[in-house]
Amino acid sequence: MSTRLDEPPAGVAPSAPPAGDRARLVRRHRLSRWDVKLSPYLYISPFFIVFGLVGLFPLVYTGYLSVHDWERLYYQRGEFIGLENYRFVLTDPVFQKSLVNTFSIFLMSSVPQVIVAVAVAALLDSQLRGRTFWRMSVLLPFVVAPTAAVLIFGSLFADKYGVINAMLEGVGLEPIRWHVDRWWSHFAIAGMVNWRWTGYNALIFLAAMQAVPRDLYESASLDGAGRVRQFFSVTLPMIRPTTIFVIVTSTIGGLQIFTEPRLFDDTPQREGGPDHQYMTSTLYIYVKGIEDQFYGRASAAAVVLFLIIVGIALLNFVITRRITRRQA
Amino acid sequence: MRITTTRPGRRPTSHRGRLAVGAIAALVLGLTAACGDDSDPTESADQEALEEGESLTITTFGEFGYDELIAEWNEENPDVQVEQTKVSLWDDWKNELNTLLQANEGLPDIVAIEGDFMPAIVAAPDRWVDLSSDEVEGRWLEFKSDAATSPDGQLLGYATDAGPEAICYRADLFEEAGLPTDREEVAQLMTTWDDYYALGEEFVAKSDAQWYDASGSVAQAMLNQVEFPFEEADNTVNVENDELRAVYDTVTGNSSSLSTGAAQWSDDWTAGFQKDGFATIPCPGWMRSNIRDNTGDPAPKGVVWDVADVFPGGGGNWGGSYLAVPKTSTHQEEAQEFAAWITAPEQQIRIFEQYGNFPSQVAALEDPALLSSTDPYFNDAPVGEIFSNRANAITVQPYHGPLYSDILAKFQEAITRVDQGADPEESWETFVDEVAALQ
Repeated sequence: MSTRLDEPPAGVAPSAPPAGDRARLVRRHRLSRWDVKLSPYLYISPFFIVFGLVGLFPLVYTGYLSVHDWERLYYQRGEFIGLENYRFVLTDPVFQKSLVNTFSIFLMSSVPQVIVAVAVAALLDSQLRGRTFWRMSVLLPFVVAPTAAVLIFGSLFADKYGVINAMLEGVGLEPIRWHVDRWWSHFAIAGMVNWRWTGYNALIFLAAMQAVPRDLYESASLDGAGRVRQFFSVTLPMIRPTTIFVIVTSTIGGLQIFTEPRLFDDTPQREGGPDHQYMTSTLYIYVKGIEDQFYGRASAAAVVLFLIIVGIALLNFVITRRITRRQA
Repeated sequence: MRITTTRPGRRPTSHRGRLAVGAIAALVLGLTAACGDDSDPTESADQEALEEGESLTITTFGEFGYDELIAEWNEENPDVQVEQTKVSLWDDWKNELNTLLQANEGLPDIVAIEGDFMPAIVAAPDRWVDLSSDEVEGRWLEFKSDAATSPDGQLLGYATDAGPEAICYRADLFEEAGLPTDREEVAQLMTTWDDYYALGEEFVAKSDAQWYDASGSVAQAMLNQVEFPFEEADNTVNVENDELRAVYDTVTGNSSSLSTGAAQWSDDWTAGFQKDGFATIPCPGWMRSNIRDNTGDPAPKGVVWDVADVFPGGGGNWGGSYLAVPKTSTHQEEAQEFAAWITAPEQQIRIFEQYGNFPSQVAALEDPALLSSTDPYFNDAPVGEIFSNRANAITVQPYHGPLYSDILAKFQEAITRVDQGADPEESWETFVDEVAALQ
């Protein structure tokens, strides 16, 4: 075979180069073969090493902890107890409540977020005056740390002395008990999430829209398509891969909401409301692990949540792909 | 074109798969082993000298009143510089502390611990340095040092302050509602909880303000007079006892009429100080600096805070913290020395005068400087005398087992739920379930 350069071609032995040269040649061939074979792995290895350390190891160790008891006082792993932690978590009404909350907040945030982000991106993609200014300003909320955002929203949504309730009362409406009523609290938290992430997603959509060949729009105009028609028939189909990406990432992010509900809670325990009105599943994991000191149970809950997220991400992917195929 | 199933120079997939699994397993096992090998948490860290530019670290929460004292110490001890980290809420610091204890790493040299959490530390004594020494023998009120002593006699924390409780009240709101404002007369009116609640009914009938700051805070005050609130003497958890239930029923029964409904330490609670939200507040010594900070100093026009030398139902102690030294500290000796200095009577009296945290030491209680001190912010009340009387009135020390602090948090949540409109019976059942889940 022509690629096997380390073996001398048959029948040329008499005119072969001197032994020293030959050895050098062989060495060089060998080196270059290793180079071709190993270098790619070497180049991509940093990711895998880092992933192994901070991604894979915690993942596997969490699974390991989830089948063990936890010695609360000494902060140590206790005995192997099989699936007991899973039984506890799955039958815990608080965990079930946290799952419902997670999905409710996720739906209230991700769905409007993606729709609004596409609309904003479409606006930014048009011939606006001061485009760079507008593009930068949609990203501004993303730069603000969630903690700072929560402070702002905390004073907006305070039950007694909050700005929104003051306005509602000003026009003669009943104040809303943001920290008490379950669905209103989800609404407030989803508001924070949307405020922060919509601009970020809009910029990703914008990048995709910029890559749409302009002559498509020209042809569409020639065919007599208006702006709205162009958006639905040209822009949207062309940015489908990006849409899948944004939907999948915001699903994963949306199911892991933690900072907002934790800081939205103003009781000292910060467990997502005294009645767990807005305790999300990640918050449940935190409370079980750090506050109540049951690492085994927290790990079991983490594994359950992990499986749910994987399941939904896959479902998401399959559905969006199917829709894309059918329409493409 | 050549078509092959296995390309030359490559191993069959199954083999490679096995190799990958092997590699992952090796990685995981190696790391697990590495973690398992971690130094024994009960073993003392190697002691090192403080180097140039290094300082002793201490983390406190709320207001310990240490700023000036630490600055003074640093000036006098150039070799042992101290650096303080302040966390605003105990609950936040408790979580971080738990995390650091899990990791057995990153703990400061000196850790401030809320009194209610001390039993959990006493239950795991070999992670902490024994701080007993002849120098500090007999320094503290007995109940303070007992709470920090392990069964085998190790002293695991130096008490920083005690929390004898009085009632702080808004004299101006009392006057508007036609109640007496003189602190001695007020004291006469609320010697029992029944009187206190009855007076509250009278007050809210004539005022826009509520009677007390938060249901959680009167609950905690009443709880401090129950001998076995959550746990029996042998540490078995028992929350379904009549006394605890009585506290719960009283507090939740009055929550809609007398309480602001705000959770203690929340934004709404803080705002209640400025907006004439309520007239009285159970007032351990350290609460005075919270009142002053939340109301504003100088007080807004017309606002007059005062302290009555009384606590309904007898005395009560609320809180009071400790300083402990974890075994992970590499400067245990210096840490102990500094902790002993900053909890000494002279320092405690200065903190009392400036911040109101009441001393936890026998010598400090008899100090004339303490007994004669008054507080201009509280209508010149003789706070030294009042809080000493309150400290002497303490007859019951509630038993605190290792789970006390955790159960208390759940209990407070149960009350907040009722404040927010939940059915008291349902909320109680949730509480019982949550306590069961803690074991």
